[in-house]
Amino acid sequence: MDKKLKETILNPILKGNPITVLILGICSSLAVTVQLKGALVMALSVTIVTGLSSLIVSLLRNTIPMRVRIIVQLVVVALMVILVDQILKAGEGTYAIDKQLSVYIGLIITNCIVMGRIEAFALGNKPIPSLLDGLANGVGYGLILIIVAFFRELLGSGTLFGIQILPAGYIPNNLVILPPFALILLGCIIWAHRAYDKDLQEK
Amino acid sequence: MEYISLFVKSIFVDNMIFAYFLGMCSYLAVSKNVKTANGLGLAVIFVLFCTLPINWLLNTYVLQPGALKWLGPQFADVDLSFLSFIIFIAVIAAFVQIVEMVVEKFLPSLYSSLGIFLPLIAVNCSILGGSLFMQQRDFTGLGESAVYALGSGIGWYLAIVCLAAIREKMAYSNVPAPLKGIGITFITVGLMGMAFMIFMGIQL
Repeated sequence: MDKKLKETILNPILKGNPITVLILGICSSLAVTVQLKGALVMALSVTIVTGLSSLIVSLLRNTIPMRVRIIVQLVVVALMVILVDQILKAGEGTYAIDKQLSVYIGLIITNCIVMGRIEAFALGNKPIPSLLDGLANGVGYGLILIIVAFFRELLGSGTLFGIQILPAGYIPNNLVILPPFALILLGCIIWAHRAYDKDLQEK
Repeated sequence: MEYISLFVKSIFVDNMIFAYFLGMCSYLAVSKNVKTANGLGLAVIFVLFCTLPINWLLNTYVLQPGALKWLGPQFADVDLSFLSFIIFIAVIAAFVQIVEMVVEKFLPSLYSSLGIFLPLIAVNCSILGGSLFMQQRDFTGLGESAVYALGSGIGWYLAIVCLAAIREKMAYSNVPAPLKGIGITFITVGLMGMAFMIFMGIQL
């Protein structure tokens, strides 16, 4: 049991990473990675929403009728997202970030990672492993988000968390801030990941 | 004239895929061949075009701060906008369910060709994203939101059919092993996005 729990926690972070291996939750991961701060808030929000909604669906799993389960799951996820959104709006320092993330906080509802983990794991497992699975997937997602945001903020504006890192003479590369670069960067991350782990390569 | 400008703008300049990355998951998963991409694209146009005006009505007459004024003056300062996520997603999920049932009953051939894509649309970010953008941009009328929905649906359709066509051809090329499949697709989409950026800043 202990080993299985450990597997549940570690697998989503590398071997079964939701973004680079399962290709879930791409939409938001690309749009919010211009600044590290936004990426960090997004990663935390997704981790909390995935963990808590997995927990709740897992608690309810024996009472949800199979035919209407999608709507029930959407309602649970939407409830969690509303909570996170209201908390972000209420916080003094986080209000500006919430504005910057704009619709992408709301779009956590349709983030495939949340629904995917509920469908694939929480519907058939006990509450505690489901909670851990949800949290671990959120962390795996956040890890990629932060890697992408690191490169985009460093090369795109020469800063990290808003603090100047590169020397003042650095001319920011505007291409890095534009959306298409995020896709190319993610493609390169997948390339590196699959070159390292040959089992993941597609035939 | 404003409608035409909004229409063209939502197809090319504010393209759902290349400018906002909405609906990426199904975009990448279902673009292996042109035929299925075509089916999914048409379904997205249809669902977006129908749900966005409904959500506009709900937003204007129920959810906005002060929207409940028509019920009586005592409701003038009610603000239900915190409920918008749950209402929008409920409308979308319910609509998709209804469409699925209608299509299954009356157009069985279309139903079998669309297959699992119909229920999948409920969790397609571009549909909910369209409604959230509509709320954020304060569209002034039903017509405006319908035109916006049609335009962004067509933009999504265009993007998925283009990618599917490229991927069909790419099957014959010699891609490095770790990049095969999804890796090269990401880079292709990035390059397509750069091509779409020539439309940026166009004023009509």
